[in-house]
Amino acid sequence: MTSPNPAAKRSLAQRISVERIVLALAAPVLAVVLSVAICSVLLATSGKNPFDAWNVMITYATKSDGQVAILNRSTTYYLAAAAAAFGFRMNLFNIGVEGQYKVAALFAAYIGAQVDLPAFIQIPLLLVTAMLVGGLYASIAGLLKVFRGVSEVISTIMLNAIAIAIVGLLLVPGIFAPKVSGTSNSIQTEPISRSSHFFAIQTDGGPLWGFIFIAVLVGVVFQFVLTRTRFGFDLRATGRSESAATASGVNVKRMIVISMVVSGAIAGLIGMPELLQNSFYYGQTFQPGLGFLGISIALLGRNSPIGMAFSALLFAFLDATGAQLPTQGGFPAEIVSVMEGTIVICVVVAYELVRRYGLTRQQKKVGEQLAAQLAAAEKKEVSA
Amino acid sequence: MRSTRTPGPRSVSRFPPPWPSERNDAPPDHQETAITASDPVPLRKDGTPSAGTATTAVELRGITKRFPGVVANHDINLTVRTGTVHALMGENGAGKSTLMKILYGMQKPDEGTIAINGELCEFNTPGDAIERGIGMVHQHFMLADNLTVLENVVLGGEKIHGIGAKAKAKIKEISDQYGLGVRPDALVEDLGVADRQRVEILKVLYRGAKILILDEPTAVLVPQEVDALFDNLRELKSEGVTVIFISHKLHEVLAVADAISVIRRGTTVGDADPKAVTARQLAEMMVGAELPSPESRASTVTTDEMLDVTDLRIAKTDAEGIERVVLDDISLRIHKGEILGIAGVEGNGQAELVEAIMGMLPLDGGTVTLDGKDLSGTLTRSRREAGIGYIPEDRHKHGLLLEAPLWENRILGHVTEAPNSTGVLLNPSAARVDTQRIVEEFDVRTPGIEVTAASLSGGNQQKLIIGREMSHQPKLLIAAHPTRGVDVGAQAQIWEHIRSAQREGLAVLLISADLDELIGLSDTIRVIYRGRLVADADPATVTAEDLGTAMTGAASGHIESEPEAVAEAHAVAAEGTEAEGTDPSDTADDPQAGE
Repeated sequence: MTSPNPAAKRSLAQRISVERIVLALAAPVLAVVLSVAICSVLLATSGKNPFDAWNVMITYATKSDGQVAILNRSTTYYLAAAAAAFGFRMNLFNIGVEGQYKVAALFAAYIGAQVDLPAFIQIPLLLVTAMLVGGLYASIAGLLKVFRGVSEVISTIMLNAIAIAIVGLLLVPGIFAPKVSGTSNSIQTEPISRSSHFFAIQTDGGPLWGFIFIAVLVGVVFQFVLTRTRFGFDLRATGRSESAATASGVNVKRMIVISMVVSGAIAGLIGMPELLQNSFYYGQTFQPGLGFLGISIALLGRNSPIGMAFSALLFAFLDATGAQLPTQGGFPAEIVSVMEGTIVICVVVAYELVRRYGLTRQQKKVGEQLAAQLAAAEKKEVSA
Repeated sequence: MRSTRTPGPRSVSRFPPPWPSERNDAPPDHQETAITASDPVPLRKDGTPSAGTATTAVELRGITKRFPGVVANHDINLTVRTGTVHALMGENGAGKSTLMKILYGMQKPDEGTIAINGELCEFNTPGDAIERGIGMVHQHFMLADNLTVLENVVLGGEKIHGIGAKAKAKIKEISDQYGLGVRPDALVEDLGVADRQRVEILKVLYRGAKILILDEPTAVLVPQEVDALFDNLRELKSEGVTVIFISHKLHEVLAVADAISVIRRGTTVGDADPKAVTARQLAEMMVGAELPSPESRASTVTTDEMLDVTDLRIAKTDAEGIERVVLDDISLRIHKGEILGIAGVEGNGQAELVEAIMGMLPLDGGTVTLDGKDLSGTLTRSRREAGIGYIPEDRHKHGLLLEAPLWENRILGHVTEAPNSTGVLLNPSAARVDTQRIVEEFDVRTPGIEVTAASLSGGNQQKLIIGREMSHQPKLLIAAHPTRGVDVGAQAQIWEHIRSAQREGLAVLLISADLDELIGLSDTIRVIYRGRLVADADPATVTAEDLGTAMTGAASGHIESEPEAVAEAHAVAAEGTEAEGTDPSDTADDPQAGE
């Protein structure tokens, strides 16, 4: 019943994938447009001109220092999104990215301050430390799920709280923080050794973090592992249908632990750009909430490495330029949070609608094409 | 809601003969009832009642319902007279449920009209249908266990008679009127299955239903409870209630129905008068004449052992700490080129047996050996690599990634094997090429291999699965209900694939609820009952009736039917055949069954 002509098949495949791309893009674009509209109304009702606010944001983004700030932020955001997405691809809801990156960053900062090796050993050592700690911490949730049936949603939320306690417990003078606190009131680890500093590219807008290459590398490896390896196939199969994966021979329990650990290991990297490029110590100034932000970005980017790159850039743009709002025109900075929230809500709804629409549409199309083929075949028989 | 007893329009049927009635049974020796082309007397194609001038409760005309890729109902005509029990028959997947969902307002038909009591109506929600006096008793009960019967009945219908004494009095009144014997204050969790069903019936009567739809009501009942239910139904119809009774059990339908409509492949194939039609004629209407005939092949069974299962045992401990033995003392052997069929009423351990062989369930005892290699204790993947092909019972749940393209589904289950991967890396292009080959060789009707598995019809999904499983030089093929929910054309192809697998020297473990499929394909049949293999039979010398007896646990050991009965069954199979042999009552009249 299929066309023997390979060229025809190819073009059909292309048609379907073009349509898929359009469908995939429709949802996030609509979500962004809708949230801009909602926020405009909000700003207008609070007596501010929304267009002025958007103007402030866009103007900042056209300047080189704004662009560097956006790129640096998006490096961190992308790693956070990748960590969450790895779990999502297997239907594992790792909400614990937040706790995992905090604990990982703390340990990496401590090791970085204690050890002083040549950079080409020191930096990998710190990265591996962070990934190991993040992975180990995440493995608790994975093991609990496999052996005790505890939902990873519950356990990772609780582990987030425990992570804060761990940081509080260890980050005290005499343990991870230096005994004699300097002039600063805030408690923090000792600065990491000079050799731990990651390279940065000097630009007109300030230093562009070299860690962006690590983020790109994570994205490339992420995509390769998922689409080109047996492990990735098993992972996606489990995410799509656990029962079918089990019947196909996937050891689902092992997969749960492994993907939880990998997710945690990527989470361990989240704090690294800040640690190795900006603050050089772990302290209370470390940005909180990155784990949750990562979940939002992963959702918007549909857990795909390329999609997440765009959504990380979008969120970084919103956050970086939103910081300018209060200083330039007295706009409330919270409008950015509202925007991020509405984007995520809209996009989740839109994706589900698009998914269902796409599925029934394809079923219909296949039905029609088969009917057409059948009719054509019958016609041929009649005429023959 | 009527509160006084008024005789129904057909009060003659108030005291029906006890069930099972003599008139309809079709024991194999009733040669004169066998249908012939020139004897279409009991069958009417026009769908209009020939006898009785009673009013019409339900009239469906030209109902068509399309789902993406399939036509679930096509030009269905159905006329149900008031105050009768009207049976709607058809195999699983014939379209009965869709039709009833349309009648109950859960789905809207694409074409066609619904008339209730002569009035054309349009239902958008079940609420509209309930308003018109239609009530549905679902196959799976919808009751809150921790509430009383009274609370369950008034739930959602609080406005009708309140929730207090008035409601309770009403429940008692309905219960007495129809002889349901429902106690309003009993907790639902304390009730048995049959009582719960009566509560469900009462629930819809309480809401004023005069037309009752019962979706496979006997599926969950034991024979005595079925008798009691039928008494209730007779009581209901004598009170003027119309009952639409969905079933595929021939003898039950013949025992209780006043009229029968048969649906096959989504369309009404005819109506029948239960007084005049035989079980065999009904079966032929239901399945058509598409089953394989047992004689048309030479034996390919060799003496080389392929699968050896010994002393398999699986026990689960439930929440109360009671050990439930799922599989016990299972030993079976399949040779190269042999098809071993497992017969049994569903839920007697077939699914667990398959999962045990596949390594999806841990064993509590016993061994599984494939071609001399001990597989017990190994994981599913290594068993698949060792050469087990698996056609799962529920292909959507266990056989496919519905939202993934066909070529990814071709990889599923064989990700470690060529051409799908080399080392740890996938080889998508080789998998695509091979998917194209499967699509062509196994006649999978699809516009391409990039479409999702969900967009294919059941038969084509199944052909894809078979093609995939046959592509890795399997030694053993496990086929669980391979033709379930598959259209007739694909059915024949699937049988042919299983036969050719056998010819290639595979061992095949066939599990099926369709006894004729089992008899037609198998070289040996084993009967599973409560987790044990209780009986065996040679398909050449057994009838579906006798197998059915063994499936109820009434017979054990080696089963052999009377030669005349077998000969007759074969003769019938040659032109058309009976689908329904699983009913325990089928063999009640055959004392010879199983010694």
